[in-house]
Amino acid sequence: MTEQIVFFIFTIMVLGGGLGVVSTKNLYYAALFLSLSFSGMAGYFIMLNAGFLAAVQIIVYVGAIAILILFAIMLSRKVMTTNEPQTNKQNWLALIVTPLLYLTLIFLVVKVNWPVSSAAPALDVLTQMGAQFLGGYLIPFEVMSVLLLVALVGAIILARDVEKGRE
Amino acid sequence: MQNEFIFVGILTICAILLPVGGMGMSWMLRPHKPNKLKQTTYECGLETVGETWAQFKVSYYIYALIFVVFDVEAVFLFPWAVAYNKLPLYALAEVLIFVLILLFALVYAWRKGALEWI
Amino acid sequence: MEPIITWLANLLANVSWWPWPAPPSAAIIIWVVYGLFIAFGIAPLAMIVLTWLERKIIARIQDRIGPNMAGPFGWLQAVADAIKMLTKEDTTPAGADRIPFNLGPGLIAVSAVLVFAVIPLAPGIIGSDLNIGIFYVVAVGSFGVLGTLMAGWSSNNKYALLGAFRAVAQLVSYEIPMAISLITVAVVAGSMSTLTIIHNQAVANGGWYIVAMPITFLVFFLAGMAETNRSPFDLLEADSEIVAGFHVEYSGMKYAMVMIGEYVHMLALAGLSATIFLGGWRGPFVEQLYNAVPILGGLLGLVYFLAKVLLFIFVMMWFRGTLPRFRIDQLLDFGWKFLTPLSLFNLLTSAFVVKLFQPAGTAGVALPAGPLAGFGGLGLTSALLISNLLVAFIASLAVRSLARRSRGNVLKAVAGVEG
Repeated sequence: MTEQIVFFIFTIMVLGGGLGVVSTKNLYYAALFLSLSFSGMAGYFIMLNAGFLAAVQIIVYVGAIAILILFAIMLSRKVMTTNEPQTNKQNWLALIVTPLLYLTLIFLVVKVNWPVSSAAPALDVLTQMGAQFLGGYLIPFEVMSVLLLVALVGAIILARDVEKGRE
Repeated sequence: MQNEFIFVGILTICAILLPVGGMGMSWMLRPHKPNKLKQTTYECGLETVGETWAQFKVSYYIYALIFVVFDVEAVFLFPWAVAYNKLPLYALAEVLIFVLILLFALVYAWRKGALEWI
Repeated sequence: MEPIITWLANLLANVSWWPWPAPPSAAIIIWVVYGLFIAFGIAPLAMIVLTWLERKIIARIQDRIGPNMAGPFGWLQAVADAIKMLTKEDTTPAGADRIPFNLGPGLIAVSAVLVFAVIPLAPGIIGSDLNIGIFYVVAVGSFGVLGTLMAGWSSNNKYALLGAFRAVAQLVSYEIPMAISLITVAVVAGSMSTLTIIHNQAVANGGWYIVAMPITFLVFFLAGMAETNRSPFDLLEADSEIVAGFHVEYSGMKYAMVMIGEYVHMLALAGLSATIFLGGWRGPFVEQLYNAVPILGGLLGLVYFLAKVLLFIFVMMWFRGTLPRFRIDQLLDFGWKFLTPLSLFNLLTSAFVVKLFQPAGTAGVALPAGPLAGFGGLGLTSALLISNLLVAFIASLAVRSLARRSRGNVLKAVAGVEG
């Protein structure tokens, strides 16, 4: 019973946050709703006994990505005072595509035979995860660092261009 | 549901009650007489006209971007740190590569002047 | 918490007067009580005691007396301030964005209080021994940044906006060295749980981590001070530059919430430093006494813990009384060009030393013992100390040569202007 209530609260956070993101006209509120949604996702991870992933969700999405988005909005304050329409000329296309996507997802959820493990959740998830990073998933782990390097280089080049454009 | 995070949930509720209770109590106790002068934005002189605006430096944003990269790196290092004692020597070599690539990223940002406040 | 939980469970088993169908489990009751104790006991107390202490200590450093009228030694001054904040009128500027404006201070206070879930106050007294303990601390801190941003942005004031800009640059930059120093601790302790970290600091296991890893401690403590935006890192509220930064428009109880957030954060930092680097409640006779009479042992542990926490808090106030504020470029340089590379190098050398002393193990793969494993915990401590000092020495050489070069550039530029 308690479990259902807690799940319900997190679901309200996730879905309500998502609805808020797409429905509010104020970009700043949209970013705040987004971080609410992310926090709700962290709650799901906690309910699945994946505390580490929950903390990662908070650190990376709330602590870094949402802050970055908020910051970008703060820097361009003009953007959210305008009363731009929230849709553009292609909204009829969206009206066709979104129900299709929705139906596909529903179809998948119903049709796929989701494997359910009856084993108890592993106690020492972290150690196993670390061992896997350096064992079976070594190449992705190292490629990760290269990817981060590339992201950094790209970010710096983009930001430099912005700076040059301002001068 | 035996979950080690139950206490965190309970503490979150208690912690939310703290500002809610505090502000609620002060709402009952405090006077409430707003006037136009009280509600002006704090300013050292003339009143503010229009929207608040401050000139920003793009450097702030570059720091935030670099932060995201290193934040993700740190997240990946935590499981390694816990497993480290239970792994053979190659664990050190592999993370050496991982960290050195990121140190290279830091040096790159440094050399490119992304860490300069100009 | 186990002894208390079993005690209460036995008590509840005999309860027949409970009005509801099923009494809540003993653990839940204890947790609720402990959670209320943290939120409504520790947090307001931290603010009242620490503001008074801070004013007294800063006054002594500046050769003044400080508050001395209300009550003996002026200790009622802080209580009077608290009452005043509770009854003051609370003004909201006309242009403010009301919802985030009201949520911001609350979020700051909540994120600071949440840290206490993993800090053991005494042997057997801890909210929850999460196995991601110190990682959880980093995660919870993220909400504080969000709260600061909300407060600064929604005030519709340019000082607050400038404070919020600085908040992003500062809080975000110092999260990296802090996380990396915590990773170093996790490598040495082999765990992120605060209880395991305390256990590994027994004398037999090598003693306090502050002895083994002074550099890690310094990085952690300095980065933590920047995260709590204490002077000399108080750029986001620098009163002489941007008035009060992100909380310039707050008054009354909302201002009190911002202050509670700051002081509880400070207390949490001191508590974490004491737990991770000074062995938490560890001290002479605690364990023996705890095994004989749990309550007395617990009290003694609490006393040791509080003494260590107060030591760190005193150091923080000493910093504030002695050091001038950083300039923002110096602050960011210090974080990115000094603390971050230093902590990364320190992590690598510490990991290397740990491997040398690793005892043989059979977890998963058979592990050969490290070449120096025979020396045990104390050997590891001294080797880590030596490697830390080496890193510090190399870092000081590098800093000196960099400083010399930049000084040379300035001299050259000056000569160019004059010539």
